[in-house]
Amino acid sequence: MMHAFTDCTARAVLLPRDDVDTDQIIPARFLTTTVRSGLGRALFADWRTLPDAPAESRFALDDPGVQGAQILVAGRNFGCGSSREHAPWALTDWGFRVVIGASFADIFRNNAHKNGLLTVALHEEGLATLHRLLRETPRAAVTVSLREQYVTVGARFRANFTIDPFARRCLFDGVDELGYLLARAPAIAAFEARGAWTTGAAA
Amino acid sequence: MSTARPRTMFEKVWEAHVVERGTSGAPDVLYVDLHLVHEVTSPQAFTLLAERGLPVRRPDRTLATMDHSTPTWISGTPMPVIDGAAATQLGALEANCARHNIPLHGMGDAQRGIVHVIGPELGRTQPGMTIVCGDSHTSTHGAFGALAFGIGTSEVGHVLATQCLLQQRPRTMAVTVNGALPAGVTAKDLILAIIARIGVAGGTGHVIEYRGEAIRALDMAGRMTVCNMSIEGGARAGMIAPDETTFAYLVGRPGAPQGAAWEAAVASWRTLPSDAGARFDREIVIEAETLAPMITWGTTPAMGIPIDAPIPDPTATDGAQHARAIAYMGLTPGQRLLGQRVQTVFIGSCTNSRMEDLRAAATVLRGQRVASGTRLLVVPGSQQVKVAAEREGLADVFRAAGAEWRESGCSMCIAMNGDRGAAGEYIVSTSNRNFEGRQGKGARTLLASPLTAAATAVAGVITDPRSLTPSTFTAHAA
Ligand code: SF4
Repeated sequence: MMHAFTDCTARAVLLPRDDVDTDQIIPARFLTTTVRSGLGRALFADWRTLPDAPAESRFALDDPGVQGAQILVAGRNFGCGSSREHAPWALTDWGFRVVIGASFADIFRNNAHKNGLLTVALHEEGLATLHRLLRETPRAAVTVSLREQYVTVGARFRANFTIDPFARRCLFDGVDELGYLLARAPAIAAFEARGAWTTGAAA
Repeated sequence: MSTARPRTMFEKVWEAHVVERGTSGAPDVLYVDLHLVHEVTSPQAFTLLAERGLPVRRPDRTLATMDHSTPTWISGTPMPVIDGAAATQLGALEANCARHNIPLHGMGDAQRGIVHVIGPELGRTQPGMTIVCGDSHTSTHGAFGALAFGIGTSEVGHVLATQCLLQQRPRTMAVTVNGALPAGVTAKDLILAIIARIGVAGGTGHVIEYRGEAIRALDMAGRMTVCNMSIEGGARAGMIAPDETTFAYLVGRPGAPQGAAWEAAVASWRTLPSDAGARFDREIVIEAETLAPMITWGTTPAMGIPIDAPIPDPTATDGAQHARAIAYMGLTPGQRLLGQRVQTVFIGSCTNSRMEDLRAAATVLRGQRVASGTRLLVVPGSQQVKVAAEREGLADVFRAAGAEWRESGCSMCIAMNGDRGAAGEYIVSTSNRNFEGRQGKGARTLLASPLTAAATAVAGVITDPRSLTPSTFTAHAA
C-alpha cells in the first residue's frame, strides 16, 4: 500500500552517471523473487565494491559514511531499460526516498511514484551545481520538499522543480490508484457494454 | 458535416479506449484489450489481488506464458530449472493462472514461447488494440497498429483487477524512412540506426509511428523488430499502420476474427492509419539508401555504428560516459570492429527469433561451420517457431554448422535462466540490450542483425554480411 511522501532532509549519495539502466539498478539474476521486499541487497549489485576498497575506486553505496542516506543524485535518463518494478523496490528497500536527476525514463518514473519514491528532475545547470556541491561536501544534508517543490542544501543551493500534478497529489496524499480505478467500475462496465471499440477477448 | 481534425493512428487508438477522461491534470482511464503476463513481473501483482480479495476482471483478455526464467538447454525431455527461486516463480504463475482461470502456455505447451512472439503468432495481437504487459518490449506489438506498451508490476495488478490503467497521454513522433534498404541491411540495422540518431532518451514521453516506403516494404517480422526496440530509444511504444501485409499475416490465426467478423475487422482496421495532414509533435526523416549493417560498440543501444566504421572518440562526444563504455567493452577509440574475435554468438530474443530471422541466419550458415573457439546458440522465439524451423530443415542447418539448437525462451537475452556469457567474453547478439552485465556479469555484448551474427559465427570474428556473396542474403530483407 502506498505511503504518503513527506518532505525529507537527509544525506545524499552522488552517482554522477547518465543512462543508469535498470539492469544496473538490479541485475536480472535477482528477478526470480516472488516478493517485493529485501531487494536492497541486490541494489547496484554489479557495481558494488568492498567497503575497504580505495576511496577512488569504491562505489558510492559502499562508502561507510552513506548510512542513513535517503536521496540518490544521478544524471540524465535515470532508470532506462526494462519495466521491472524491482528497481524502485530495491532503491526503497535500501532506504532511498528520492532520486534526483536531469531526466527519468517513463516507466521507471511511473513505477517509482507508485512506491512512494519521488523522482525530481532538475534543470541541467542546477543539477551540475548540486553535483559539484556534493563532491565538495559529501555529507551535506539535502532537503527535498514536495510540498513546495524545491531542493535545497542549507543556504548554499536552491532549485525549484516541477512535477506532474497528479503524480504529486498521489505521492502527497498516498492516493491508492487501484482504489481509484476500482471506484470506476460502473464506467468500465458501461464501456465494455458498448463493445464497439475492438475485438480481442479470447473466443 | 464538419470536417474532422486529422488524427494520428495513435490518437485514434487512444481515444477509442478512454473509459473516462481525466480532469484537472488527472490521467485518462484507459481500457486494455489484451494483457500479456509472464512469470517475472506478475507474482507480486497477484499477491496484491489476494491481499485485497479481488478477482481478475477479464481472464479472457489475459494471456500468460513462461519465458524469462525458463531453461532452454535440453531439447525434448523435461528441462531442469536453474534454481529453486526460478522454480517457485514458475509454480506461482501456474497456481495464479489456475486460480483465476487465465489461459497459460506453460512448460510443455506447444504454444509456449517469448511473450512478444506468441501474442502475434496466435493472432491475439491485432490492429487498433491496446496491449500491455509487465515488460518493456511490449512495444513489439505496435507493428500491427496496436498501441502496446510496458507497465510495472503495480500496474499489472491494476489491469488484472480492472482491465484499465491510469495513463497520461504521451506525445507523438513520426520516424519516416524513405527509399529502400540496401542489400544486407535489415530491419535490425534500421532500428539500430534510428536509435543511434535519436539517442536512448530521444523518444522519452513519445509514441513513435514508423512510416515511409522502407517501413511499408518490411514483412511483419521486420516490423516487429523495429517496434520492439522503440523502448531502447526511450519511447514506450512504436506503431506501424496496418496494411495488406498485416492482414495477410493475421488471417486464419486462431485468435484472429473469422468469417464475417474477419471482414468487419479488416474494414475497421483500414480506418486506423494516420489521416493525411495529421500532426506529430516531432518528426524525423531517414533515407534508407544511406544505411549500412549496424553494430553496437558500447553499453547502450544508441552506441551503434555502421559495421565498417571506427569506434568514435570520447572527446568527440560527452566524454566520461563514452569512455566508461569503451573501457567496459575493452575496445579502443578509432578501432574498427571488423575482425574483432568473438567467443559467443546468440541468435534469439523477442527482437530476432522468428522464422524470418532464422531463415536469414540459415542462408549464411548453410554448408558452413561455426569457427572453432566460437559458440553459436540459436534459440527460437516460441515452440511453434521451433517446430516450424525443424520442419523446414533450418534446425538441421544450424546443427550441421555446429550450433546449439534450443527450446524457446528469452535465454541469453536476459541471462537469468542458465544461459549466459562469461566475464570479458565478446558476444554478438541479435537481442536488444547491451547494458553492462545484461548477458552475464562482465560479458560484453555487441548488438547486430541475424545476418551479421551468422556471418560472425562462421568467421569467428566480426564480419560484414555484405562481404558474403550477395545471393546469400538478397532474398531475405528480414
Ligand atoms: S527476449 Fe529479452 S527483451 Fe524479449 S522479453 Fe525476453 S528478456 Fe525481455
